[in-house]
Amino acid sequence: MAVELVRGQNLPLPGTRLRVAVRAAEPVVVAAVLADAAGRARGTDRVAHPGAPALPGVAVPAGAAARHEVAVDLEALPPGTERLAVVLVLPGGRFGAAEAPYASVEDAEGGTVAGFALSGLGEETAVVAVELYRRQGVWKVRAVGQGYAGGFGELLADHGLARAPQVLRAVADAGRAVAAPAAGATGEHGAVGGAAEAPAAGAPATGFPATGSPAAGPDPGRPTEERLYRQVWGMFEDLARAVAAYRSAVDFAESRMERELERVLDDPAARIGTAAAAAREAARTRCAELVERARAVLDRDVLQLAEEADEVEPALPAALARWDSPAWSAFRAPAEAPRALRLGDLTVPEAPGLRIPMLVALPLERGLWVDSGRGEEGAGDFAPEEADALALAVAVALVVRLTAAHPAGGPALEVVDPAGTAMPALAPLLAAGVLREPPAPGAAGVSETLERLVRRVDLVQMAVRGGAVDALPPGLDPAGLLLLVHDFPHGFDDRSITRLRYLADEGPAAGVHLLMVADREEAAGHGPLLDPLWRSLLRLTPVPEAYLADPWVGHAWTFHPLLPESGSTVLDRAARASAEARRASGR
Amino acid sequence: MSVSLVKGQRISLEKSGGGELSVVRMGLGWDAVKRRGLFGRREQEIDLDASVVLFADNQPVDVVFFQHLTSDDGSVRHTGDNRTGAGSGDDESILVDLQRVPVHISQLVFTVNSFTGQTFQEVENAFCRLVDESSGEELARYTLTGGGNYTAQVMAKVYRHGDGWKMAAIGEPASGRTFQDLMPAIAAHL
Repeated sequence: MAVELVRGQNLPLPGTRLRVAVRAAEPVVVAAVLADAAGRARGTDRVAHPGAPALPGVAVPAGAAARHEVAVDLEALPPGTERLAVVLVLPGGRFGAAEAPYASVEDAEGGTVAGFALSGLGEETAVVAVELYRRQGVWKVRAVGQGYAGGFGELLADHGLARAPQVLRAVADAGRAVAAPAAGATGEHGAVGGAAEAPAAGAPATGFPATGSPAAGPDPGRPTEERLYRQVWGMFEDLARAVAAYRSAVDFAESRMERELERVLDDPAARIGTAAAAAREAARTRCAELVERARAVLDRDVLQLAEEADEVEPALPAALARWDSPAWSAFRAPAEAPRALRLGDLTVPEAPGLRIPMLVALPLERGLWVDSGRGEEGAGDFAPEEADALALAVAVALVVRLTAAHPAGGPALEVVDPAGTAMPALAPLLAAGVLREPPAPGAAGVSETLERLVRRVDLVQMAVRGGAVDALPPGLDPAGLLLLVHDFPHGFDDRSITRLRYLADEGPAAGVHLLMVADREEAAGHGPLLDPLWRSLLRLTPVPEAYLADPWVGHAWTFHPLLPESGSTVLDRAARASAEARRASGR
Repeated sequence: MSVSLVKGQRISLEKSGGGELSVVRMGLGWDAVKRRGLFGRREQEIDLDASVVLFADNQPVDVVFFQHLTSDDGSVRHTGDNRTGAGSGDDESILVDLQRVPVHISQLVFTVNSFTGQTFQEVENAFCRLVDESSGEELARYTLTGGGNYTAQVMAKVYRHGDGWKMAAIGEPASGRTFQDLMPAIAAHL
């Protein structure tokens, strides 16, 4: 089963005899650079190129073509080869001017193992497409996509070959053979179907595609949101398990040391004297040595995940991206509903610098609760008003993220804020139009809003059960609704509390989602009556706090809320764009 | 080049062409026993279970079996319980990524139990094998069928040797429905 790789992703290879197939919109020259573990080639004799197409274990085509196959036998590579970079060179023009090249790795039977679209290239004229590399005895493929605007010479210099005039000349010659008018034989070096991909006659000699040429279908390897979502969850699991291995090794090392030290103590003859001291020392050394090895393995894993995170973060769409990502700084309302939402980041103490995005699938299955209470840790240093303001800021950022990440302005926002104390924080939402009118004040406002939403949920439930969704009144917004509740339980009478609990339970299935900003202590007077409400909500803290467990091993993870940097206008801009998208859609 | 293992035999888990194995799979296969019922042939359900116990020195640290399909560290994965032996080939598999086994884990002991209690005499075509997952090459194979009047077997252990791993065939018969029952039998081979 073929895997679509995203940039930076790697995959173990099923065998050592492989083919790397390359498909480009116009003829390219293919080369292979054999390098050591540090990525440096020993000399120009370690570059397979049209002037020297065959090296032990790897053969590249001798000319330029739009389709290529590079045959690789990893076991036959020259000794000392730890990395093999498959390189594409565009004889004229730049990669950004045409459809993204596509590289795939095939096994000996011709089955595709992995594919990778080299999207996002611009001025580059040479690019490392994929890299086959050995990590701890296992050969893997990594999607690289590293382009070089300075061309093949710069790429070679990056692999330790600053001076390689003959290689450059051979590659340039191969490229010229194609750019010249007599390019009829373009396809002959390519593999199956190569000729079919030869450029249209009359393409300019520079190699630029004719500007009017039809765009060639959707980019097959574009990282889809689904794939990124799974990849982030995969990183989360990998880190959880890597840390589990480390903790288990450390626990074992320490308990073994304690047993060994006890044994020394239990032996009256050995309790004193140099033998005992030596035994104690040996026990400690054994422990330290095992912990050190476990740490080295963890560091290796964390480093690899950090590299993966660096590649994944910039590719994430707005719903999953950090506020400082280009997805937000150059925000445009999306055309499709997001697959998931990033609520914050997660870290473990062993790797505090590695932040794993905390993603929840959409539509939300349970409400969210930003805890403004002064819990066991974290918020404890704040005055209650400060904690509330911080929690509101986190909630507002979530509102903007959720609404802006949807097409056409996303779910409509309703607010319950009987004393109006959230209004300063909500002012930007009101100004942008994400919040259409200030919330109705007082207990009457709470009661009225909740009653209206309960009626809505009832109506949707009846329609769904009766199979008559079409019969719902036209005023009912299909995009759903987000209810922000602030200052709970002030202004809530018993009926309002019952309605709120009903909305928490039944709302998500009917498109009504709850976002509470509350301090559980404030509602302590209601006793255990409210316990099910709090349990049904996903608690988020406004300051980093370790309270979330992963589903595999159950480590405690520290949650970090996402807030834009102070002074950033990204929220305002996204809120305005979102409200504009809603107006444009006529809602 | 598959080796039919003899009890006590040890093989190194290095590839013939040099280099270490990365992922090995312990496959367990058997067929549902056919026996005559009142109205003709009926298949009797037989549930064999493959398990692996991870040891640090001589202490069990983790176990992967049908109720705990992945070791906490993720290096050992069970592909899931098969309760009838239906289908050909391996009915249950345990994948071990040797490169990712935590540093303190020194041995992995593979066991087979008959959860439904039939002895290996009654089970047809039962085997267990160790496969190099990256190449599909079978490294070792045991035949369980006709193995005698017992319901479990301590199959083999994979243990650290220098920087690499070795496998020792154990083939010790035992009795018990789950791996817990086998712990005393396993302990003798650590």
